[in-house]
Amino acid sequence: MTAPAIELKGISKAFGPVQANKDISIRVMPGTIHGIIGENGAGKSTLMSILYGFYKADRGEIFINGTKTEIPDSQAAIAAGIGMVFQHFKLVENFTVVENVILGAEDGALLTPSISKARKSLKQLADEYELSVDPDALIENLSVGHQQRVEILKALYRQADILILDEPTGVLTPAEADHLFRILDNLRKEGKTIILITHKLREIMEYTDTVSVMRRGEMTATVKTSETSTEELAELMVGRKVLLRVDKQPAEPKQVVLSVKDLRVTDSAGVERVKGVSFDIRAGEIYGIAGVAGNGQSELMEVLGGMQSGTGTITMNGEEIDLTGKFSDGQSRRARGIGHVPEDRHDEGLILDYTAWENTIFGYHRDAEWSAGPLLKNAAIIEEAGAKMERFDVRPPIPSLKAKNFSGGNQQKIVLAREIEKNPDLLLVGQPTRGVDIGAIEFIHQEIIRLRDEGKAILLVSVELDEIMSLSDRIAVMFDGQIMGERDPAQTDERELGLLMAGIAGEPDKPDWKAVEENLEAVEHGEAPKHG
Amino acid sequence: MDKMPAWADVVLIPLISLLLAAILSALVILAIGESPVEAFNLMVDGALMRSSGWGYTLYYATNFIFTGLAVAVAFHARMFNIGGEGQAMLGGLGVALMCLYVPWPHWSLAMLGSTLGAAAFGALWALIPAYLQAKRGSHIVITTIMFNFIAAALLNYLLIGVLKPKGSMEPASAKFDPAFALPTFQDMFASEGNPLFRGAPANVSFFLALLACLFVWLLIWRSRLGYEIRAYGWSQTGAKYAGISGTKIIIVSMLISGGLAGLMAVNTTQGEAERLILNMTEGAGFIGIAVALMGRNHPFGVLLAAILFGFLYQGGAELALWTNIPRELIVVIQALVILFTGALDNMVRMPLERLFLALRRKEG
Repeated sequence: MTAPAIELKGISKAFGPVQANKDISIRVMPGTIHGIIGENGAGKSTLMSILYGFYKADRGEIFINGTKTEIPDSQAAIAAGIGMVFQHFKLVENFTVVENVILGAEDGALLTPSISKARKSLKQLADEYELSVDPDALIENLSVGHQQRVEILKALYRQADILILDEPTGVLTPAEADHLFRILDNLRKEGKTIILITHKLREIMEYTDTVSVMRRGEMTATVKTSETSTEELAELMVGRKVLLRVDKQPAEPKQVVLSVKDLRVTDSAGVERVKGVSFDIRAGEIYGIAGVAGNGQSELMEVLGGMQSGTGTITMNGEEIDLTGKFSDGQSRRARGIGHVPEDRHDEGLILDYTAWENTIFGYHRDAEWSAGPLLKNAAIIEEAGAKMERFDVRPPIPSLKAKNFSGGNQQKIVLAREIEKNPDLLLVGQPTRGVDIGAIEFIHQEIIRLRDEGKAILLVSVELDEIMSLSDRIAVMFDGQIMGERDPAQTDERELGLLMAGIAGEPDKPDWKAVEENLEAVEHGEAPKHG
Repeated sequence: MDKMPAWADVVLIPLISLLLAAILSALVILAIGESPVEAFNLMVDGALMRSSGWGYTLYYATNFIFTGLAVAVAFHARMFNIGGEGQAMLGGLGVALMCLYVPWPHWSLAMLGSTLGAAAFGALWALIPAYLQAKRGSHIVITTIMFNFIAAALLNYLLIGVLKPKGSMEPASAKFDPAFALPTFQDMFASEGNPLFRGAPANVSFFLALLACLFVWLLIWRSRLGYEIRAYGWSQTGAKYAGISGTKIIIVSMLISGGLAGLMAVNTTQGEAERLILNMTEGAGFIGIAVALMGRNHPFGVLLAAILFGFLYQGGAELALWTNIPRELIVVIQALVILFTGALDNMVRMPLERLFLALRRKEG
C-alpha cells in the first residue's frame, strides 16, 4: 500500500483564547484532489498555513510521503515538494512571467542561465498541462486567470508534487474556472496531489475525490465525494440542516421605481467605467447584475448610492435625481428612499471601531428621531439597536460590542438590519454574502426575498453567479461598463451568462475560449474588447 | 475580542510608561552625582505639597489642557494638528486686541471678550491649513508646522512695531488695563487668616479649561457632529457612504482645534502677563501633543495628563532653583516622559497585550 502524500496527526493551534485547529488528523493519498470545505473561520487557512510553514503547530506531526517532516518555514515546505497558490497572488506586478517564476529559485548570480532554463521548462509545462502563458508578458498586463496560472507554474517549477489552492475560483469567471479545473485534472493524471480549499459546495462535488469538512477548528468528517451529497456536506459544515435552494414565489412586478438612462461614470483617473447603461427596476422585483469584478458594477452602485458623480438620467419614483450637483450624496439618496448595502462592509457599510449601536444609525444619524438638538439620543438608539439585533438574529445581540468583534455574517446582518428597517423603496445590495458563512447566507437571502415580497425594488450586484441566479427575477450581465444583455433566470444557464460576462453574445453551444480570454484581458488593460 | 481590558489600556499603560521614564530619569540624575530621591522629594514638595506650588502646577496645567484638547479633537478626525503653538500665538493676539482696544466695564466681560477673541483668532489660523488640506490635499502636518513659524514671525513683527508702546525698549505690547486682571486663586480662595496660593499665577481660566473639557466630551461622544468626526477619522470611504462631507469635517474639526489652542492665551496673556509678550505660549503648543497622546485623546485623560505635565514643569523649576541639577536636565526628564508615554507607547503595550492574552488562555 502506498503511503499518503500528506498525513497530519493531531494538529492543534491556538491564537490566544481562540482554538483555530483542534486535534486535526487527515490523510491525503497521492494523485487525488482532496477538498477542504468549511465556513469562514473554521480553521482551513490556519491548517494550510501550518502545512506551508507560516505557523508552527502547538502540537501534532506532519508526514510527507510517509516520512515525518518538520516545516518551520516556507523554504522547508518547498523543499518537501509543497506548493501553495494563495487567494491573493504573491506576484511582482512589474516583472515578466519568467522573472516571477525564477524569483527565489535563481541558480546563480547571473540571471540569463536561469531564465533560459525556466523558459524551456515553462514551455514543457504549458504543453503538458494546458498551462499556456506568454513567458515575457508583464504580470500587470495579465488577466486574473492567467496570473493564477503563473502561481501554479511557480509551484511546479519548484518541483512541487503537492499543490494547495486557497479559494482559487473566487476571482475567476466561470470560463476561467472551467479551465483551471481542466489544469488541475491534468495535474492529477500526472500523479500530483491537490488540496482544494473552498467554500463552494458545487466545486467540491464536481471535481474532488475526497472531501474533509471543518467546523470551528475541528475536522468533522472526511468522506469520499462520490458517497456524499451537497446537503450532507452543508449540514456537516454548519452543524444543522440548511436550506440550499432559495425558496421564493414568482415576482409580481408593479410600477417602475428606479429608471436609469444612459448612465456614464468616469473615475478619478479619467477612465470611463460605466459606458451608457440603461435599465428600469419595478416595485416587487429583484434585478440582478452579474459580471466579473471590475466591469463597472461597483461604480454603478456608487453613483446610485450617492458616493460618486455621473452623467445621464436617473429617476426615482418619477422624480429625477441630481447626479453631479452639490446635494448629490448619501444623505440625499436616503432621503429619496434608497437604502444601500455596500459591497465593502468593512470600509463602507460599517465603522469597525464603532459599537454595534453606533453602526445601526450610520448614514441615518441626522434623522430627527435620533437627535436632541445637536446631541444624539444615545439611550434611545441603544435600545432600538438591541431590538433590531434581536429581529435580525445578530449574534451576540450586544449593542455595545464593537463591530469588528462580530463575524462576517453578523456584521452583514447589522448592515441589513439598518437598511431594511428604514423601509426603503429601493434597496441597493452589493455582494451581500461575501465572506459570510452558509447559515447566515440563508438568512440574508430570505430577508432580501421578504423585502421584495413587500413590494420593494431591489438591485442586486454580486460576483457569485449562483447567488444572482437563485435570487434575481431578471438578470443583466455587465461587461466593460456596458450591459451585455438581460436574461430571464428561468431561461438561461451559467454557461450563457458566463459567456456574456466575457463580452461574448454568440452561440453558447460553441464557445470560443480564445475570444473569451482575449476579451477579458483587453478589458483589464483598459482596451476595447476584440470580440463581440 | 479586544486584546486587553479597557482599564489596562487607560490606566496601566500610562502608569508603567511613567514609571519607566522615572527610573531612567533617576539614573540620569545619579550619573551627574545628585540624589534622585532628594530630587523627587523636592519636586513633589515644590509642586504639590504647598498651595502656592499647586497654584503654579495648575497654571501650567491650564495651558496644557487647552493645547491637549486641541490636538485630541483634530486627532479624532485623524488629523495631526502640530500647529497648536502658532494658533496659541494668534490667540494671544486676539486677547491683546480685545484687552487693549475695547473699554470693558468689568473683568468678567473682558474675559468673555478675550475668550471669544482668542478662540476666533486661533480658529482662523487653523482655517488656512484646514482649507489647504480639504481642497488642495496639502498635508496638515506640514502646513501647520509652517504656520507656527509664520505666526512667530507675525507676532515678532507686531511686537516690535504697531503693538509696542512709544518709547518702550522691549518687544511687548502695552500693559492691559489693571481692571481687566483675572482673579487668581489667591484672590478667590485666600482669606485673612488663611493665605492660600500666595503669589501663584493660577487664575479663573483654569475653570474655563474644565468647561472646555466638558465641551469636548459632549462634542465628541454625545453630539451628532462628534459622531461624524469620529466616523470620518476611522474610515473616509465609510464617511462618504454615509453622506458625511470630508471637507466639512476637516474644516470644522480644525476650527474647533485651533480655537481650543488659541484659548490658552486667556490664561497666559490676560491671566498672567497682562500684556502680549513674545514667548507667551511657553512651548505649551507642543506639550499638548504629548498630553493628548498620554490622555488617549479623551478629555478626562487630557485633564490628568495636563496636571502631570504641570507638575513636571513646576517641579522642574523647583529643582533648578534649589539643586545643582541644571535647567537642561529638567528638559531631559520631561522629554523622557514624552518619549515613554507618547512615542514608545507600543514598547509597553505589546508585552502587556501578550500578558493579558496568556492570562486569558490560562483561564480558558
